[in-house]
Amino acid sequence: MSHRLGTGGRLIDRARPMDFTFNGKTMRGYAGDTLAAALLGAGQTLVGRSFKYHRPRGIMASGAEEPNALVGLGEGQRYEPNQRVTTTELFPGLKATSQNHWPSLEFDVGAINAKLWRFFPAGFYYKTFIAPRPFWKHLYEPIIRRSAGLGRAPDAETHDADRYEQIYAFCDVLVAGGGIAGLKAAREAAEAGKRVILTEQNAHFGGRAVVDGIEVDGQAAGAWVSAQVAALSAMANVTVLARTMVSGVYDHGYALAYQRIADHTPGAEKPRHRLWRIRAGQIVAATGAIERPLSFAGNDLPGVMLASAVRDYVVNWAVSPGKAVAVVTNNDDAYRTALALHSVGVKVPAVIDARREATGDLPARARAAGIRVIEDAAVRHVEGGKAVTGVAICRFNSDGGAVIETLACDALAMSGGWSPVVHLWSHCGGKLLWNEAGAFFRPDPQRPPLGADGKGFVTCVGAANGDLGTEGEAPMLPVWLMPAQASYDLRAKAWLDPQNDVKVSDVQLAAQEGYASVEHTKRYTTLGMATDQGKLSNINGLAILSDALGQPIPQTGTTTFRPPYTPISLGAIAGEARGGIFQPLRKTPMYDWHLARGAHWEPVGHWRRPYCYPQAGESHAQAVNREITQTRKAVGILDASTLGKLVVKGPDAGRFLDMLYTNVMSSLKVGKCRYGLMCNENGFLSDDGVVARLSEDTWLCHTTSGGADRIHGWMEDWLQCEWWDWKVHVVNLTEQFAQIAVVGPKARTVLEKLGGDMDLSAEAFPFMDWKEGHLGGIPARIFRISFSGELSYEVAVPAGQGLALWERLMEAGAEFGVAPYGTEALHVMRAEKGFIMIGDETDGTVIPQDLGLSWAISKKKSDFLGKRGMEREAMVSADRWQLVGLETLDGSVLPDGALAPLPGKNDNGQQETQGRVTSTYYSPTLGKGIAMALLHKGPERMGETVEFQNASGGTVAARVVDPCFYDKAGEKQNV
Amino acid sequence: MLLLSCPCCGVTAEETEFANGGEAHLKRFGPGSTDAEYEAYMFARKNPRGVHFERWRHAYGCGKWFLMARDTMTLEVYGTYKAQTSAPPEELQAHIKARRPEWEGF
Repeated sequence: MSHRLGTGGRLIDRARPMDFTFNGKTMRGYAGDTLAAALLGAGQTLVGRSFKYHRPRGIMASGAEEPNALVGLGEGQRYEPNQRVTTTELFPGLKATSQNHWPSLEFDVGAINAKLWRFFPAGFYYKTFIAPRPFWKHLYEPIIRRSAGLGRAPDAETHDADRYEQIYAFCDVLVAGGGIAGLKAAREAAEAGKRVILTEQNAHFGGRAVVDGIEVDGQAAGAWVSAQVAALSAMANVTVLARTMVSGVYDHGYALAYQRIADHTPGAEKPRHRLWRIRAGQIVAATGAIERPLSFAGNDLPGVMLASAVRDYVVNWAVSPGKAVAVVTNNDDAYRTALALHSVGVKVPAVIDARREATGDLPARARAAGIRVIEDAAVRHVEGGKAVTGVAICRFNSDGGAVIETLACDALAMSGGWSPVVHLWSHCGGKLLWNEAGAFFRPDPQRPPLGADGKGFVTCVGAANGDLGTEGEAPMLPVWLMPAQASYDLRAKAWLDPQNDVKVSDVQLAAQEGYASVEHTKRYTTLGMATDQGKLSNINGLAILSDALGQPIPQTGTTTFRPPYTPISLGAIAGEARGGIFQPLRKTPMYDWHLARGAHWEPVGHWRRPYCYPQAGESHAQAVNREITQTRKAVGILDASTLGKLVVKGPDAGRFLDMLYTNVMSSLKVGKCRYGLMCNENGFLSDDGVVARLSEDTWLCHTTSGGADRIHGWMEDWLQCEWWDWKVHVVNLTEQFAQIAVVGPKARTVLEKLGGDMDLSAEAFPFMDWKEGHLGGIPARIFRISFSGELSYEVAVPAGQGLALWERLMEAGAEFGVAPYGTEALHVMRAEKGFIMIGDETDGTVIPQDLGLSWAISKKKSDFLGKRGMEREAMVSADRWQLVGLETLDGSVLPDGALAPLPGKNDNGQQETQGRVTSTYYSPTLGKGIAMALLHKGPERMGETVEFQNASGGTVAARVVDPCFYDKAGEKQNV
Repeated sequence: MLLLSCPCCGVTAEETEFANGGEAHLKRFGPGSTDAEYEAYMFARKNPRGVHFERWRHAYGCGKWFLMARDTMTLEVYGTYKAQTSAPPEELQAHIKARRPEWEGF
């Protein structure tokens, strides 16, 4: 049983015990412990159940590569599932719960799956749950999701109580990894005057060297590391970051680093995580290497651990995984573990070495210490149920049929060699070389990831570069399966990927079924697809695949390394962008007034516009109807400030606008307004609005609210990239002006009440004119235009005066019951008039001719944007869907987007259709539902009745009518 | 995330400060052009694996459009230049040729 040793532990402070709970049971660890060390120290070897077979699982590793020991941490607003115990620092009061078991960790009903393993082969889900199709969604998937899986997601109604932030940083050299190689690289760059950022994923620097007690530059590693960290921290050009993992390397030297600031001090007044967004000249990956497990039967049992992890627990935290710990290896390094255990008085029954003979210096030292070495041997299988009770040993080159000995032990340390951590090299396309002697992939210095200048920008140093420090050690023996010719029963219990429950037999089955590509095998078997991304399993898995395919490992290759290196929190990715500052909000000058009047909001791009202003006891629909009725009866005002306002000026401005609009704008007289359409080069309608000619060389182009920035960019594109010799200047003045539409029969009276120097009479100020002057002392430009069919003026004033004008209009209109109205009333009134709305009647495939707007397309101009596109066969076809109005026979409101079905199916087997509803509203003016639709040959079908689908699967009959439902003669707007 | 330099204002900045505008040096075909010409202008794109000339706008900076020669495979940026031209500058073409001898030319 795992336990705390009486003395030692370089990272723990025995004077500061810390209590924590695991599944509600109180346990004790020490300051400096990881949760893994504390659990093992408290004798808790069983920490979870596996994903698929619900096998009992314990702690296998000591760092980010841990595949098994995931727990739920915290509770309520701070609960987080799937946290690695090996990278969780202990703090007082920590609450951890194990995952994926029911009803309890010790007794789990799902473990029956393990007995049924023969029925859960690779690709089981794909093979079994194919038909009948509806069963997948309603039966199979819910059951699988309940019984498979990792931790429970946080409750939907909780909100993360912590704060997260992001920071931008720039440096000449980013060093990822604070071991010996990383510290040396950082020191060298710093001494050369470079701006350096040094990151270490753990709380402590030094990597393996400090555990293995080697010497650096004639000094003990621990002392050397402390001195280096102190020196670097003191340098002004160096930023030293502990608990910070470089999670990804991206194009041209961009990197993300994930700093865990307050994970170990929850509730502190600090952000929990900080995401560093770094732009580095060079990135040095000093990310070390990860030890590989060995594949033998029962290698997933609690108590079977990586040899290096065992050493870490002994040296760093004074924890032994057992009273008697056997070691199995294919290399010399694992003997260090045997020696470390032996030196603290833990019994090592034997080192089981797969090599024909173990003759190196380390084996010699082990033998000298009295440790038994069994050569040419393999673990046939591990004995035990929920914990190791012993290992059965056989000859390495055998099928495991003959057990030569069974050793009693309660833990097993294994080492299959080491793999350099090449993730950061590979994220951005760095290529790898196969090292035959060490049986690992290492960076190919000839093929690095390239920066903007075409030169490599990532360098690997130390173990990450394949320099494992094995000089002087005897050669390792590549071992991918133990024993070498293990029988099927053994292979079916030899785990490659414990987190996703993938075994040697699964990968072999995939190969047998024709999965020759490593990427396909990965997805078929789910090897390496768990939250550890196969840090322990990938190389072993592709070696098994290569063997099954009868090809060398480099020919099989690796799967793609993708960021992040280990999972990072969604909170860190979101950073500060949550709640009220999730995204910028654009507000008109009258925003606060609308807010104070209880406006119901509608998002329009980044703008927020009032949808309606409900009064006490009113529904939104009732408010909209009241606003419309009051406007049509007396007067209403609309905040139209979001309307795009682009000033186009210059000697060639008229010629330019003639190219952009489908009609002629150069002939517009100063003082006049004209409605215009803009199309893209396909001829599809893109934006519309009223254009006013301000002076001989100046036009003001109104765009849709959502289109202002896009159309401004569109204009700049043509001026800068196509007609760059034309003398035109475009300025986007959208936010410089507040604009208010004053609408209704009393509109003129209300404006006249404000007083000013403009004659607003029908004779002096006709429809589609504009004037400039003062209104109630405020400088104003008034456009006599109408989007509602009523007598209407749009008044533009400097943004700072918008609220003042709005309030005066409310005051002046009070005697007529002036109604502020929102976007929905605007929409209904324009639909009653049959006016199109970009985005409702258009969808990027509609040409102006489809919408009855041929009158706004110049026949005289030789060219304008979209003219060539409109000439295409499909655009001039008589078979197009075209705009009509619809009145339902029963007066109901058609569903938005409803289709008009036709009998038969198209070539894709879909229902044939002949039309689609584009706008649909209840018209309070007409007292019934009205709609606009695009209908096949629509204008030729006036009076016809067409069936449209409703939401409940039936149809609604509607009569095809003119799209203008209200005041067809246009008398009301022209008084 | 690419690192780009605007030839108009001289700023070197993150890709997110810019907006991509597709292939550069397209010749516009308007009314009177054949279907083939119009198709080439509107739809036929080179989409090469290697040297690519493309349009970018310094959208959150000076607002100017500019052109760039970039390698779609290695992401190397060979150079940026002003948009008011119908062909890449000679010296840029020479630089690309030096970096990529197998390049067939503009």
